[in-house]
Amino acid sequence: MQEVMPATGVFSLLWLLIALPLAGAAILLFSGRKTNKWGPYLGVFTVFVDAIIAIWMLIAMMGNSAEQRTFSQNEFSWMFAGNLKVDMAFQLDQLSMVFVLLITVVGTLIHIYSLGYMSHDPDKRKFFGYLNLFVAAMLLLVLANNYLLLYVGWEGVGLASFLLISFWQIKPTAAAAGKKAFIINRVGDVGLSLAIMVMFVTFGSVGFDEVFGSTSQASEGTLTAIGLLLLLAAAGKSAQFPLQAWLLDAMEGPTPVSALIHAATMVTAGVYLITRSNAIFDAAAWAATAVVVVGVITMFMGAIIGSAKDDIKKSLAGSTMSQIGYMVLAAGLGPVGYVFAIFHLLTHGVFKAGLFLGAGSVMHGMNDNVNMRRYGALRTAMMVTYATFIIGTLSIMGIPPFSGFWSKDSIIHAAFESNTLVGILTIIAAAITGFYMTRMAAMTFFGKARWEDGVHPHESPKVMTIPLIILAIGSTFMGIALLFWGNIETWLEPVTGFEEKHIAIPEWALITITLILVLAGAAYGWIQYARREVPLVAPRGNWLTRAARQDLYGDAVNNTLVVQPSFWLSRFLVWFDGSWIDGFVNGSAAFFGGLSARLRPYQSGFIRSYALSMVGGAVLVVLALVLVRLS
Amino acid sequence: MNPSNYVILSALLFGIGALGVLVRRNAIVVFMSVELMLNAANLAFVAFARMNGNLDGQVVAFFVMVVAAAEVVVGLAIIVQIFRSRRSASIDEPNLLKY
Amino acid sequence: MNSFPWLTVLGLVPLIGSVVVALLPKSMPLLAKQLAFAISLVVLGLVVVMALQFDGQSEFVFQFQESYDWIPAFGVTYSLGVDGIALVLIALSAVLVPITILAGWNDVEQPQSDSVGSVKGYFALILLLETMMIGVFAATDVFLFYVFFEAMLIPVYFMIGRYGGAQRSYAAMKFLIYSLVGGLFMLAAMIGLYVVTGTFNFTQILLGAGIDANTQKILFLGFFLAFAIKAPMWPFHTWLPDAAAASKPGTAVLLIGVLDKVGTFGMIRYCLPIFPAASDFYAPVIIALAVIGVFYGAFVALGQNDLKRLFAYSSMSHFGFIILGIFVFTTIGISGATVYMIAHGLSTAALFLTAGYLMQRRNGSSLLSDYSGVNKPAPVLAGFFLFAALSSLALPGLVSFVGEFMVLLGTFQRYMWVGGIATLGIVITAAYVLRVYQKSMTGAVGSGLEHIKDLTGREISALVPIAALTIFLGLYPAPVLNVINPAVNTVMVMVGATDPAPTVGLISTTSQGAQQ
Repeated sequence: MQEVMPATGVFSLLWLLIALPLAGAAILLFSGRKTNKWGPYLGVFTVFVDAIIAIWMLIAMMGNSAEQRTFSQNEFSWMFAGNLKVDMAFQLDQLSMVFVLLITVVGTLIHIYSLGYMSHDPDKRKFFGYLNLFVAAMLLLVLANNYLLLYVGWEGVGLASFLLISFWQIKPTAAAAGKKAFIINRVGDVGLSLAIMVMFVTFGSVGFDEVFGSTSQASEGTLTAIGLLLLLAAAGKSAQFPLQAWLLDAMEGPTPVSALIHAATMVTAGVYLITRSNAIFDAAAWAATAVVVVGVITMFMGAIIGSAKDDIKKSLAGSTMSQIGYMVLAAGLGPVGYVFAIFHLLTHGVFKAGLFLGAGSVMHGMNDNVNMRRYGALRTAMMVTYATFIIGTLSIMGIPPFSGFWSKDSIIHAAFESNTLVGILTIIAAAITGFYMTRMAAMTFFGKARWEDGVHPHESPKVMTIPLIILAIGSTFMGIALLFWGNIETWLEPVTGFEEKHIAIPEWALITITLILVLAGAAYGWIQYARREVPLVAPRGNWLTRAARQDLYGDAVNNTLVVQPSFWLSRFLVWFDGSWIDGFVNGSAAFFGGLSARLRPYQSGFIRSYALSMVGGAVLVVLALVLVRLS
Repeated sequence: MNPSNYVILSALLFGIGALGVLVRRNAIVVFMSVELMLNAANLAFVAFARMNGNLDGQVVAFFVMVVAAAEVVVGLAIIVQIFRSRRSASIDEPNLLKY
Repeated sequence: MNSFPWLTVLGLVPLIGSVVVALLPKSMPLLAKQLAFAISLVVLGLVVVMALQFDGQSEFVFQFQESYDWIPAFGVTYSLGVDGIALVLIALSAVLVPITILAGWNDVEQPQSDSVGSVKGYFALILLLETMMIGVFAATDVFLFYVFFEAMLIPVYFMIGRYGGAQRSYAAMKFLIYSLVGGLFMLAAMIGLYVVTGTFNFTQILLGAGIDANTQKILFLGFFLAFAIKAPMWPFHTWLPDAAAASKPGTAVLLIGVLDKVGTFGMIRYCLPIFPAASDFYAPVIIALAVIGVFYGAFVALGQNDLKRLFAYSSMSHFGFIILGIFVFTTIGISGATVYMIAHGLSTAALFLTAGYLMQRRNGSSLLSDYSGVNKPAPVLAGFFLFAALSSLALPGLVSFVGEFMVLLGTFQRYMWVGGIATLGIVITAAYVLRVYQKSMTGAVGSGLEHIKDLTGREISALVPIAALTIFLGLYPAPVLNVINPAVNTVMVMVGATDPAPTVGLISTTSQGAQQ
């Protein structure tokens, strides 16, 4: 067990990490149009300060010994009743540290990029307000020291994602996409809620320390249930099968959002959740296996979708799904994989952010067209974007020495350590990655120009290209740096545990096989899309391509199984409520109304007939009395 | 004298009064019949008081008288008003008081 | 304890205010509004001062007690007192009344004919209603409670019937008769209670010997039916959509936000402690009805095209959660239900007021299909609407989440499957709430909406306190929890229920043993 240190020194600023962007969001969202001028700079500033504090914290943390790197800060009691007691308390350890760094540093770069990308938007202060809100919620998610507080951040990032996806809500598709993302995420939230409830009923607490400290006393069935529910939550947030359908639509949002939220940080929250709950998954083998299965399925789904889409952002989104599939499966492998899941998460966060921002830069120069069939030959028109995009592509394909190579290879290796089949599948997925990334790069930057009339591609302004360059540098060196200089295994080991197993195939052979397959995939993509003419209208394609263009029928399945039946039920109940329940109520009123209508004629207005009935009544009463007396 | 004779008289008077209310059309006469019924009841009350040897019945009789007086005031006023507006004292005329 | 008659004063101030406002000449509507607003602020101030003196740690269940004989022959007393639950509900009414007055400043116009009421009348009725609401929460005599419970109908009847929309007479009559039917059953049960216990005084009833279980089962039904109609619980809900659709937004806020809470409050205050055996006996049925209500309300809301009716059905769904939390007999559940009452009052107020602002900008149409793209011309309105929507779907960080999660957790603790099923409700809630937002606020601007004005300063200032409270209590619910938890513990003791203990791990001292 790690020692929990009180948050002193720079660590006493833990709350400020969250409060700063939150305050930024509040100022930007409440102050109205007048902040449009300086508001965006405030948004950048808060995240930038956060990044500085985070780096400072990292340095301070590295000064401590490995057992003394967990810091906790208790603010106040949040929810309490009976035996429930949940604190507003934060905890920073090695795992959350790397997340805080990823969020704040990549976040800062994307904020800066957005200064250029959103410069003409009339509501840009709102955009930066939402981005700040996102950063605050995401930091809360990774800094919470209990599951319930994590849930607040969890929904907070969902809210920010909803707001940002539907940022251009004048477009009906954007508004619909935002709603869809929120509702599908809510399905995942049900999983998280129920997981928290099971934890509370089982352990009497929802704090990380208390839950992980007593997993050994809980039955495996309970832990499996918790694990599966957490997996449902992770699937919702990280767009894993079967809750993957929202991510592709989420590309309706502005591109910096896709980069920050739907590639680098928020969608990886599921991986964080699984890794954070390693104590539970380690003790629940079935749940861990389910995690691997979900990861593998999504890894292929994403790759297939990414290979078929002509929309550059959707293609990248498919790729994100696929890469998160890698992380999830790695996290499902147990202690051999947690570290590498996080490792890949970090490198992916950097190179995928770079790729998305690159795509945004391309769109910026192409009048916001996203159709790659209308790109081509852009390498001369936008040199910086081209170079950085290619670095990102090489990195995600796993070509040495780029950072993706190190992390992906580690995952493949870890997969072979625990299950040869999974290992082989990861290599095949890597080959598909080679294909779709080459296809994307080829369609965009090589071949002939297929631009629409009146489009004059141009390089983006410096404020956009400089973040691209920084991210490209990260995509190049980060893998080596983290693995050899940063010792990511030993860094995370106290939190996630780590073990290495010997495998039959030697390391070099595995790497060679993987590289050959990846290059084969890349070569096929190159031949198909750089050497041959790319038709302006997509050919019909085979059944798999057609299915992939339909997102592998994710929407169709959801609609048939859930959405349509819900609306039918809703329509039925509206009818039932009006005709039966209210019908009964109004019917009883009508019954008495009708009864009175029948009785009304007896009120004839003739006084003497009233008198007669009175006398009759009196006689009856008297008779009744007499009869009772006599009997 | 046997008090039960008073009760029989009271019943007879009440019967006459009730019959009068039912068969007569003139409002004034109907009114008088009602008074007759009230006084029949009074007679019965007083007779019963005598039979039971306490004053309860007599007290009630006083109450009835007071109520009867009040009723006459209101009732006559209404009849006069109706007569003024309709030029008739028939009680079958104002049959507008219905649903 | 202090001897100042806080609660009587609290009830008298709006009552006197109401009379004064009603006596103003008809030609001075502005003065009537200002006066009503000032009086409601005075009440709010008094409540704040009183709440600060409330002792959360006190051994006395009821504080600020007053008791005078009223009808000694029947043991009827004029007894007032508040526990934590009543206190927060009184505070809720005191907060919502000035907000309603401010938001409804221009809702009532000078009447053109006699069939609608005057401006001053509306505000006088609101103040009168405030007296009734304070009285009903503060009464500690069953008879007195009943009197307020029924008297409350009068101002509301007129507020709907004289100031409402097209269907106002129908809705007001339906509301009145529905409530009276419930009240009748309660009256019968109350008389039965008197026959059995010989007193109407709540404390004395509790101190007396317990009631025979079979008698409890009969009397419980009388009380519960009245509360279930008021709450409203499925299937006694159909008056609510009509009443909400026909009333002014302000009326709807007070009706659903506070008045309906009397139902759930009554369940906690009267049904559970007086009839513990019957509560236990009927709990499965009530829980089933509550869960049906959660989903039924949500699904019907999903198919509504009328904004006010939609919010009414959504409230019905939320009331399902509250009733669920009450009848699972766990500390967390009942505490959560109480927090949920506050949260629901605030979120309903936000929803109805923003919807009211919206409708005012389009000739009062409440049809969802009449609106689209409002975000473009009126972003502030759309922003508050979204906030209200998020508050209604219990976004974590807002007070509704605290309530909803505690209710679900408390339910799960006792009945795992019920809790699990009820949790699914959060998805449908999100679906119908966001459907409304998407349809009305996003997309292309609808014709006739291009030039609508954004919110004015007055309109915003009515919403800001709601939003601030929603966020503040969501992040720091301690002020509410500190006050209600002792009261909830007392209720738990009276019901004779104990919280289920965690199966492993740290067993805290407050929970021993499993379900009784």
